[in-house]
Amino acid sequence: MGTKDKEGFLKQFLVYALLICIGFIYIYPILHMVSASFMSLDDLLDSSIKWIPSSMNFANYKQAAASMNFWMSLLQSIIIAGVPTLCNLVSCSIVGYGLARFNFKGKGICMGIIILTFVLPSQITMIPTYVLYSNLKILNTLWAFILPAILAQGINAPIFILIFWQFFRQIPKVLIEASKIDGAGYFESFYKVALPSAKPAFITVGLFSFVWYWNEAYLTNLYVHGVYGDSKWTTLVIQLQNFADNFSSYQQTSGAAAGVPTLNESISMAGTMLSILPLLLLYFVLQKQFVESIDRTGITGE
Amino acid sequence: MEETKKMTREEKKALKERLKHLQSGKLEKRDAHKGYFFMIPWFIGAAVFLAYPLINSFWYALNQIKITPMGRDFTYYGFKNFTDILLQDPDFIVQLVDYLTSTLLSVPIIVVFALIIALMLNMKIKGKGFFRVIFFLPVIIVSGPILGQLNAEGAGSISAIDMTALTNNISSVLPKMLAEPISDLFNNMIMTLWYSGVQILIFLSGLQKIDKSMYEAAKIDGGSGWECFWKITLPNLKPMILLNVVYTVVFTSNNDQNPIIGLIEDSMFSGAPGRGYGYAAAMAWMYSIVVLLMVGLFALLLMTRKDAYEKQVKRAKKAAKREARNRKKIERRNVRNAKRIDRQRKQGKITSRTTSREDY
Repeated sequence: MGTKDKEGFLKQFLVYALLICIGFIYIYPILHMVSASFMSLDDLLDSSIKWIPSSMNFANYKQAAASMNFWMSLLQSIIIAGVPTLCNLVSCSIVGYGLARFNFKGKGICMGIIILTFVLPSQITMIPTYVLYSNLKILNTLWAFILPAILAQGINAPIFILIFWQFFRQIPKVLIEASKIDGAGYFESFYKVALPSAKPAFITVGLFSFVWYWNEAYLTNLYVHGVYGDSKWTTLVIQLQNFADNFSSYQQTSGAAAGVPTLNESISMAGTMLSILPLLLLYFVLQKQFVESIDRTGITGE
Repeated sequence: MEETKKMTREEKKALKERLKHLQSGKLEKRDAHKGYFFMIPWFIGAAVFLAYPLINSFWYALNQIKITPMGRDFTYYGFKNFTDILLQDPDFIVQLVDYLTSTLLSVPIIVVFALIIALMLNMKIKGKGFFRVIFFLPVIIVSGPILGQLNAEGAGSISAIDMTALTNNISSVLPKMLAEPISDLFNNMIMTLWYSGVQILIFLSGLQKIDKSMYEAAKIDGGSGWECFWKITLPNLKPMILLNVVYTVVFTSNNDQNPIIGLIEDSMFSGAPGRGYGYAAAMAWMYSIVVLLMVGLFALLLMTRKDAYEKQVKRAKKAAKREARNRKKIERRNVRNAKRIDRQRKQGKITSRTTSREDY
């Protein structure tokens, strides 16, 4: 473990076997989902077919996509996840820089509160915030997500602040002092010296913020989608949450004459697949950044 | 030897003092002031989205709130909401106990599992990147509705492994209180493991920061891999373990799959008598306090436990201090005695030098 000498063959074999087994268990639900989503109704009922469907059946995907209103929901998901992420990047980087660079009074208390907000369940502030939004008339609009994000209080913002803090701390003070001697102001030295060197932190925070906003169903449902479904905003994840209802209403409107079957396992798996597909694509394109991000930024906290 | 060491330490202290003096110059102080400008967004955010809702939420919890066409109607209730939840609500306490036992059981499993995977990935193996991609994959797609769908279709457990025999055995050996959460845990094993993606990466980066020369030194002294793990790897990973435990607790308690969160939302919009915003706020307060207590408990457990080496060092230091104190005491006594003898000799009570020597 950690030493440089060679491990024995048996040990190596054991490690590989374990890793492959556990890895298989890990992606088992996804494999199951992919295989089930292509099955036709006959395949589902046929007990001899377990993994590989008799034919690639894309009708499931078509029906699921139609009932979820896929393209519109996808666009809205990207906006709902993307805009607050941009706000998060701006606000958390500024606050993280402030914490890392300056030794103002009460800094320790601020850090303590930031960590406390990370541990505190969001439910405790949820109800007054809901009332506040409805008083401000921003309930069921995107502003309900933008406003907290721009004030560094978005979803998981404490983690992002700590990532930026950790990163800006590593920048040598000399660099910033040199820029000051060259006549840069405080904000100038922030965005001309500190920001360009914090690219990895921006990538990490951007990716995680996007993924977390994308996957957030509870708060999105409450603030943006509306509990009674009365706003025009929706996301793929929320469409999936109400999949059964969506599908039955779709089935009724398009009519059984069009050959739309009742909801079955394959269709709901196709729907699930559709709602994670964009993130999966993003992950496989950017997997290196995702996996290495934690190493580089050191959320690990020294 | 002792003398020189002391001198350097004092010198260092003096140097530090001088540096401190230098650092807190006028420029630095003016600089520090500017930090508030960068913190402005956070200050406003904390006031509007943290302090104000927190205070309000507590006020709500003490009231019954009815929603009328005119607006919200507050009636002061005292702690009735809390007592109602504790004494009359059929779901909350049951769900809370369920949540507590399942979290207390699954947190150690997730953390230990993540540690084992991280240790394996840290070995010299081929395809490290590939495995990391697989183990991190769930982090990307894990969200309430998706887990709900997967669980509904039975993808959360492996059908190839029959768990019924195992769960039957468990429920025959253990009391029902414990057996139920444990068999639940086995039935949802994959979902439990899915929560450990970030933790694996945190452990991995911690493992990579451990100094390799320590292992080499231990090897030379004849330490086996097993001993190295307990005496080098684990103590070095301690901060990561704490971090991971806190992360896991926070993650599982904020997860959409958690029934209590659903319960809070349901009672928030419920029209039933006695329910509503106030009731939900009281519930949220109780839930938050339980979560905070649990995080505190884990933190306390992990922070106070010292490993054997640290204990030994501490004991040795204590012994050295005691010895030094004793030595000083004896020295002081000797000086005192010498003075007294001197005085007595001056007064002419003692005449010969030899007797004074015996006094020591």
